[in-house]
Order: sequence, then C-alpha cells, then structure tokens
Amino acid sequence: MNLKLTEEERAFRDELRTFFTTEIPADVRAKTASGTPLGKDDYVAVQRILHSRGLAVPNWPVEWGGQDWTPMQRNIWLSELQLASVPDPLPFNASMIGPVIAQFGSQEMKERFLPATANLDIWWCQGFSEPEAGSDLASLKTRAVRDGDDYIVNGQKTWTTLAQHADWIFCLVRTDPNAKKQAGISMLLFPMDTPGVTRRPIKLIDGGYEVNEVFFEDVRVPAENLVGEENTGWTQAKFLLGNERTGIARVGATKVKLARAKSFAAETRLGSGSLLDDPIFAARLAELENELLALELTQLRVVAGSADGKPNPASSLLKMRGSELQQAATELLVDIAGPDSLPAGEADIDSPDWARLTTPTYLNNRKVTIYGGSNEVQRSIIASSILGL
Amino acid sequence: MNFELDTEQDMLRATVRDLLSGAYDVESRNRVAESDLGWNRDVWKQLAELGVLGLPFAEEHGGMGAGPVEVMAVMTEIGRALAPEPVLDCVYLPGRLVAEVGTDAQRSDIIPRLSEGTALLAFAHDEPGSRWPHTEVATTAARDGDSWTLSGRKNPVLHGDCADTLIVSAKLPEGGIGLFVVDAGADGLTRTPYRTHDERRGAQVVLENVAATSLGEGADASTAIITAQVHAQAALCAETVGALDSSVQLTTSYLKQRKQFGVPLSMFQALTHRAADMYVLYELASSMSLYATMALADGIVDPTIASRAKLQVGRSARKIGQESVQMHGGIGVTAEHSIGHYLSRLTAIEHTLGTMDDHLRVLAGGVKDYELVEIAGM
Repeated sequence: MNLKLTEEERAFRDELRTFFTTEIPADVRAKTASGTPLGKDDYVAVQRILHSRGLAVPNWPVEWGGQDWTPMQRNIWLSELQLASVPDPLPFNASMIGPVIAQFGSQEMKERFLPATANLDIWWCQGFSEPEAGSDLASLKTRAVRDGDDYIVNGQKTWTTLAQHADWIFCLVRTDPNAKKQAGISMLLFPMDTPGVTRRPIKLIDGGYEVNEVFFEDVRVPAENLVGEENTGWTQAKFLLGNERTGIARVGATKVKLARAKSFAAETRLGSGSLLDDPIFAARLAELENELLALELTQLRVVAGSADGKPNPASSLLKMRGSELQQAATELLVDIAGPDSLPAGEADIDSPDWARLTTPTYLNNRKVTIYGGSNEVQRSIIASSILGL
Repeated sequence: MNFELDTEQDMLRATVRDLLSGAYDVESRNRVAESDLGWNRDVWKQLAELGVLGLPFAEEHGGMGAGPVEVMAVMTEIGRALAPEPVLDCVYLPGRLVAEVGTDAQRSDIIPRLSEGTALLAFAHDEPGSRWPHTEVATTAARDGDSWTLSGRKNPVLHGDCADTLIVSAKLPEGGIGLFVVDAGADGLTRTPYRTHDERRGAQVVLENVAATSLGEGADASTAIITAQVHAQAALCAETVGALDSSVQLTTSYLKQRKQFGVPLSMFQALTHRAADMYVLYELASSMSLYATMALADGIVDPTIASRAKLQVGRSARKIGQESVQMHGGIGVTAEHSIGHYLSRLTAIEHTLGTMDDHLRVLAGGVKDYELVEIAGM
C-alpha cells in the first residue's frame, strides 16, 4: 500500500499544472471558475491549444492524437484541468463520438472525422434522448428507412446540449422496427444543416439556453455515414455511455467551488466577524470538504485498481456522489450569497457578480443528478451489478 | 499509488479471517458475551500464536515489526467477525505507549508478555465528564523521591476489568501529563467492572494514593498519548469498515431471501436503492479508513487526518447500522440475530475517541487555515 504519487507522476502533474495555468487564456479560466457561460469561441480556442500539446483527447488511440497514459496519468490530467478551471475538451467530441468512431468506424470514417473532431473543426452534438426515451433510451422512436444509398430519417430528439453550436450530430435511429428494443437501433452521423433538420432551443430555469429540441423531417443521410453495421447502434451507445460516466465525479471542479466559497464567506460580514467565523457555516463547509476528500480517495482507489481501463461498476458510485457534491457546493454558494443572489439581470447594482451568478448556477446544476444516467439509474446499477439484488 | 494489500498482508488477513469466522457465529458469540470475561481465552491464545498480538511491536521485543497496514488488516477482520477479543484495548493501544515512552527495561519486560498473550494492559486515561480531545486530566501524580503515588478517577477504562496492569495518565507536579504503570491489584485502587452496551467490558478505576511506577523517565507524555490515539482511531476505523462490510452483506442476502407479499424483498426498488446507498457509504468509509492507515504507514501522524477518517466512518456507520436493522425488520432488533449486535458495536466505536460532532468541530476549526482541501502526503 502506498499513497504517494511516483516521482514521474509528480513531474507530470507539475508540468500540466504549469501548462494549464500559463497557456490557457486567463479570462476563459475565470469564466469557468465563476460559472459564467462560455461562448463557442472559448471552447474552440481552448480545445485547439490543448490539442496542439496532445492534451485534448488523451483517451483516444495514439495514432489519432491520444496518449499512451496510465489510468493515474489520465486522472491527474483531468484533475489538473479542473483545478485550473480549464473547460473540459468538448465532451461530445472528446469523450463521446471520437472514441466511438475510433472503435467502430471504418478506416475512411476515421480519417474523415477523427482529426477534425479532435481539433474541434467539427462541433458535434448528441442525438440520443427523445421525449419518450430518457433513462429508458432503448424506447427511442426516430426512424431511419433505407432508400437506395441513403437513409431517410424522421423523428425528434430532445435535451440536445449545445446543438445551437453544432455542425454535426451523432444520432441513434431505429432501423428495424420489428426487432426487440435494443436490437433494431443504428448510429448515423450527419450535418446539422442537412435539409429537414430544425432546432428549437429550450429555455432552462437559469434563464439560459443550453439544450434544444431537434426535429427531423425526411432528412436524407448517405449510408456511408452509418457507424459500424446496421442495427449495432446499441453496442456503440453503451460504449459511449460507459465513457460518459467516468470522469463525471468532477472532484477538482468542486474543490475549486469550495475554495471560492471560503473566500466569499470571508468577505461576507456577520456580526463582528465574517461568515467564515461562524461555527455553523464552518461545520457545513468542513463536512462538505470531508465528503469530497472521501470521494477523491474513492476515485483514486478505482483509478489505481483499474485494469486495462475496463469500466468499473464503482463508476456509478463516483457519478452519484460526484453529482451530489457538485450540487451541494452550488447550494452552499447560493446560501453564502443570500439576498445578494436575488438581483438577476442588471449589472450596475451593488450585489457582486459572483453572488448574482450563484442562483442560475445552482438552478442549472440540478441537471447533474439527472443526466449521464440519473442517480436513480446509478442506484439500480449498483444494486444489480455490485450487490446482486 | 497502490491501495492493495501485498501478498503477506493478504495472507495475514485471510488467516485471521479463518480463525475468527471459525470461532464465532451468533450462538458462540452470544455464549462468550455471557461469560464473565466476555471474550475467549482460546481464541486469544491462537491470536498470540499467529503473531497477531505482537504484530506492531519491534522484533527485538518479541514482536513482529509490522506496521499500520497489518494492524488495519487484523482490525478489519475483528470488525467483520464482531470478535470480542480486546486486541486494541489490551494490547495495541497501551502497548504502543509502552513501546514509545517506556524505558528499555519496561519494554523488554512488558512487550514480550503482551505479544505472547500472557499480559493484559488497559489504558486508563478518560475521566468522568471529559470528552475527546482533552489535553488535561484531573488525576494527579505525587512524587516522593523515586516513588510515585496517583489519585483520581478514571472512566471508562475499556477492558479495565481484565487487565492485570494499567497504564494511567496523571498530571505531573511540574505540569504536563505523565504515564504510569500501576498494578491492577495495588492497594488503594478500586476497580468496578461493568458490561458495555455492545457486550464488551469496562471498568471504573478509583485511585487513592496508589503506588505507581513512571512509564519512561516521568516526562510529559502528551505527544505520545496523541500519537497512540491517532493510531487507535485508525484501528477503530478499520474495525468499523469490517463491521460495515458484514452489515451490508447480511442485509443484501436478507433482501434476497426474505419473502413478503409473495416475492423476495429484493424485488422492491425502494429497498434496493437504499441498499445501494449503504454500499456507497461503505466504500466512502473504506476510502477514509485506508487514508488514515496509509498516512500512518508513510510516517504522517496527523490528528486532523484521524478526525477526517473518523467523521466519515462514523457517518457511514450510523446510517448503515440503522438501515441494516430497519431492512431486517423485527428480527433485526432481537439478540438472536447478528445485525443488531453490529449496530451496537458500531455505536460504541462512534463514541470512542471522539464522536462525529467532536471530529467535525476539530475540522470546522481548521477550515480557515488552507484554501483547497487536499490529500496529505500525496
């Protein structure tokens, strides 16, 4: 047993820390830390800087820009990204469709898409969920019917995150309506400006636009854009979702939130001292920090013990606890801001910017226990695959 | 970074597990708990023969020269089996004080006998009305030339009923806390044994001018006491993790067996989701227990780390213990089933060497001293 990082791992960590804090634009990192929504340009700029140093898609095969890293190195990379408030490489590209194409795509498809995907020349969005198919994804109804060299797609997707920026969509469609639920599904890739594709933004409770409905009306997609074989889409979807769940704990990002909470509490007057001097507040903070540390150690146990990067059922634990603690941290910040969190729109008032951002962030973060497999789904996974219930 | 036991450590764990699972089931444990001693001298002898009792002590004193990781492995198995043998109270905790503070002569006298299982110590430190962490004791030590006498009250003294020798803390005339070796049968010493709610044993000890020998040179031993407590807290966390593992397993197998409304309880999602939450809490407790142990193994003796571990382990224990009993239904509150005994033991551990509130208070007091919460020694 040994808690220490190796000398090489420490050097690796220090190198990344320096790179992230000096080479990534400070304004983007500040926006990320404060929860200010990023623009498309911010994502693209950061991803290209990361990719130029081989740091955008490390989990990909080496020949497509990946790194031959150990699970511990990957964990250090992710942790340092978050501690430096660098936005994650666009997840739809870096951890969703990229690995799927690298694993299941033809050579032509890899050459066509992977370099552009890694460099964010193509912005992808995920066409999985539908109004009647959320956690029960296999109920999806969007149809694709073969017509000569094309598929004709009809149907609707929803919760399509950042589809307003997207150039292409990776889309699950039903290609065999007579097969059992999972067996008749395929994955298609097509541009968002294909005739017949329309987007409708959905306003969220934080006042922002992050997700969209996407409608398909006789959308013609060349059959060469099918990933793998027809009706094997479920395998690809499971592969993708397995990747989605790892790294979702976001321990580093929550640490940064708690550190910010401390500094804001220290600036908030309470009686003759500050909120940080209040024993009730300090206890709440200390409790959260401790839970976060327990999660971090648990994540390290999974990382240090993971053989061949195989999905570990404990990743459900990391998703569950990680999302709960992200929410608890945003909740803490709202409560520190208190009445200063009420003014929403105006800039020229005396409530500090950070305080006015806390409630939108808190409201928006209710999503983290819902997406990526809701926490109820994670509990079911733990109960069945770990406890055998 | 590596969180696995090595081959030898794993063998030690397996051996202790075999011994204890062979020795204890509900009936045999209840029988032993009913006896005056409350634990089994045959099991004790076997633990001594396996080297378990001498584990953390130097080889030159007849010990095995092992470290915190081995102690953790043993304590986890003790917790898993709910074994009542007082390995921590009578050997590891007071033995560490002897090893750290004692003179060469005291170490060579006491530690081999502890390792052989022939001597039983108890650490008489807590006093009525005081809570962890307390830096002062009311018991006083008076010096007359080379000899000492102690006066005061100590309670609870865990397993102070069976110990033949007590290590007693007392206020030194020149300030600081000294440690003393006291014969349990000494004149002026009154010992009132009792049973604890978790079927262990304890004693209240009243000292009235009792003759004592100073452990070591009679200097302030506060640091050694804190170090010993940090080690003991890590050991208690490990014992808890073992007990939690058993509790989760007993509960999940009960959910699979027990039928209600014509189907096994495991068909009810409300219950399986609660079982999943228990599993999550078990893993979080394991992680913090490992942290406390591995930090010690790296030479970091930090009461804050012990508090971190004991807080999380306590939270997990409270919830898992309660949920386990609840999901067993009525059988869970009977003494005929193990699960309630686990809850009782877990509750006793929570109240030993600091409650959750005590540890949270320590941590809350320190939040201003750093920016980001970090794993020490990484």
